[in-house]
Amino acid sequence: MSVLEIKDLHVSVETDQGTKQILRGVDLIINEGEIHAIMGPNGSGKSTLAYTIAGHPKYHVDSGSILLDGAEVLTMTVDERARAGLFLAMQYPVEIPGVTVTNFLRTAKTAIDGEAPAIRTWIKDVRESMVKLRMDKSFAERNVNEGFSGGEKKRNEILQLELLKPKFAVLDETDSGLDVDALKIVSEGVNRAKENTGLGLLLITHYTRILRYIKPDFVHVFVDGRIAEQGGPELADRLEDEGYDRFLTETPVG
Amino acid sequence: MSAASTSTAPTSSSSEALPTAEQHGIKEHSDGRFGFVPVQTRSARFKSFEPADFAAVTGREAVWKLSPVGKFTDLTAGELDGSNYDFDTTPHADVDVSWVDRTDARVGTAGAPEERAAANAWSSFGQALAITVSGEEAKEITLTRATLGSVPRAAHTIIEAKPFSQAVVILQNIGDARISENVEIIVGESANLTVVTLQEWNADAVQLANHFATIGRDARLKHVVVSLGGSIVRVNPSVILAGPGSDTELFGLYFADAGQHLEQQVYVNHDAPNTRSRVNYKGALQGAGARTVWIGDVLIGNTAPGTDSYEQNRNLVLTEGTRADSIPNLEIETGDILGAGHASATGRFDDEQLFYLQSRGIGEIEARRLVVRGFLSEIVQHIGSAPLEERLQGAIENELRGTEGN
Repeated sequence: MSVLEIKDLHVSVETDQGTKQILRGVDLIINEGEIHAIMGPNGSGKSTLAYTIAGHPKYHVDSGSILLDGAEVLTMTVDERARAGLFLAMQYPVEIPGVTVTNFLRTAKTAIDGEAPAIRTWIKDVRESMVKLRMDKSFAERNVNEGFSGGEKKRNEILQLELLKPKFAVLDETDSGLDVDALKIVSEGVNRAKENTGLGLLLITHYTRILRYIKPDFVHVFVDGRIAEQGGPELADRLEDEGYDRFLTETPVG
Repeated sequence: MSAASTSTAPTSSSSEALPTAEQHGIKEHSDGRFGFVPVQTRSARFKSFEPADFAAVTGREAVWKLSPVGKFTDLTAGELDGSNYDFDTTPHADVDVSWVDRTDARVGTAGAPEERAAANAWSSFGQALAITVSGEEAKEITLTRATLGSVPRAAHTIIEAKPFSQAVVILQNIGDARISENVEIIVGESANLTVVTLQEWNADAVQLANHFATIGRDARLKHVVVSLGGSIVRVNPSVILAGPGSDTELFGLYFADAGQHLEQQVYVNHDAPNTRSRVNYKGALQGAGARTVWIGDVLIGNTAPGTDSYEQNRNLVLTEGTRADSIPNLEIETGDILGAGHASATGRFDDEQLFYLQSRGIGEIEARRLVVRGFLSEIVQHIGSAPLEERLQGAIENELRGTEGN
């Protein structure tokens, strides 16, 4: 069984005002098949954790480690991490002009698997996933994320999640900007991917809304760059009622 | 106020409707510090068929200021071989390709030289190569020049699409060359012509080309410049939308490697009502000293109400040590237009795109290829010849492989 371990992770970014420390000692263990929700107010470092796991060059790891089945992730390039089984569904997926969704998916699948997918089953898989995510056939020939609405971009992220079959996926505010119908479709896709591959999920969200459709096993509350509290799904219900105020009052401003 | 007389540029009888010099901004700037006078109206630029009418090229002229003029004085000032050359072409019943005399009625109907190299070529060519298209069915012909050699030479080409005819004409340039040449493109009423000029010269080649096009009523010209190979390649298309309802799309794709100079000065002259133009040039630069120049002039005359015009240039810088000049100019002499716009952007490789692709397992080299291929393929997709599009995708791949050694 696969396991993703985050140990005492400290991360900073360069800003115009100098180096800014964002993560201040994060510890987290996610086993395959588990769903962990990371909740927290804006600016608490949730997205930084997501991008650090994926290896975005903007984030500097000052100390700590991220282990995937015992192997150090932090020394891997971005693409090596993906090939090792990590996936990040981005909050703001970028447009890639001139590269069609079909071409992109096939190139990514080939890179992840180390060989080109068998053409007939692949086309069938892509088509089925698109139908389930209510994506029109025409998406396949459109350029990646170009002219996509917010909801279409998120569906395109989940389409990749289903097709690339990672061991662990980080969903960075996948629920933001989605209306309730799109939220349901996207959530179904995530649940389907988990059912089919048994992946572990790190669900980063500001709101509890998505947790109605994707049931977390664990909830962690992120405040000021570290986990302030953790518990089971009942913690999410409490946050729904109380908000983040009780955590923020404990944190000095600045 | 020396340039004030240029405001009479467009041919029109209603002279009182002409804009004043002040409307053009043809006066010294009020800050007065530099005595700077903006350039004249584009259509009023000096023209002549005689090289002697142009002063010796210094590199300070508007048309030459971004070109390495010291490297081709043989073409601007020397004697040029104007004899006929060998070419290959695919025969087609409705496309006549033959040498015609200088006295051919079509010579000089599409435009006239605006600089010395073009005038030198014009006065030096012996016969013109005329490609005459007739027939309403779609067809494609390729004319290949592979053995021009390295002796400085002049050439003159006429491409005429008879009224209602349709064709894709591909001019393929390979091998060695030192050439100054003029190409006249005459698109008859309601004809639909595509001209693709491919520069895949050997590394030492120098080419200075001017394409002059005139488009008749309700006719269409798609013009595509693809410059990949050669040392200095300058292809300047000038298009006059002369007939009401005429339409032109000008595309360009260039990929400059270390030491290469690739230039294009594009000029669209809207001179009739309800005309439409789209200009879209995209370039990539890689390697020390890779240099590209794009100047896009659009003139919407007061003869051209209802004009719909847009021009853009995008450059993708792949390595350090390159330079891309991108200069859009728009002159509008009538208030009654549908639209006119321009855009220019030169940027480095987008790290966020790279991150996105890599985060899906795609290695850095492959990711870069995908992005550049995607960037340039917008132009390739517009060519309208499937075999050529496929071949060009391959040629871009080859160019990209050059990057990976860096």
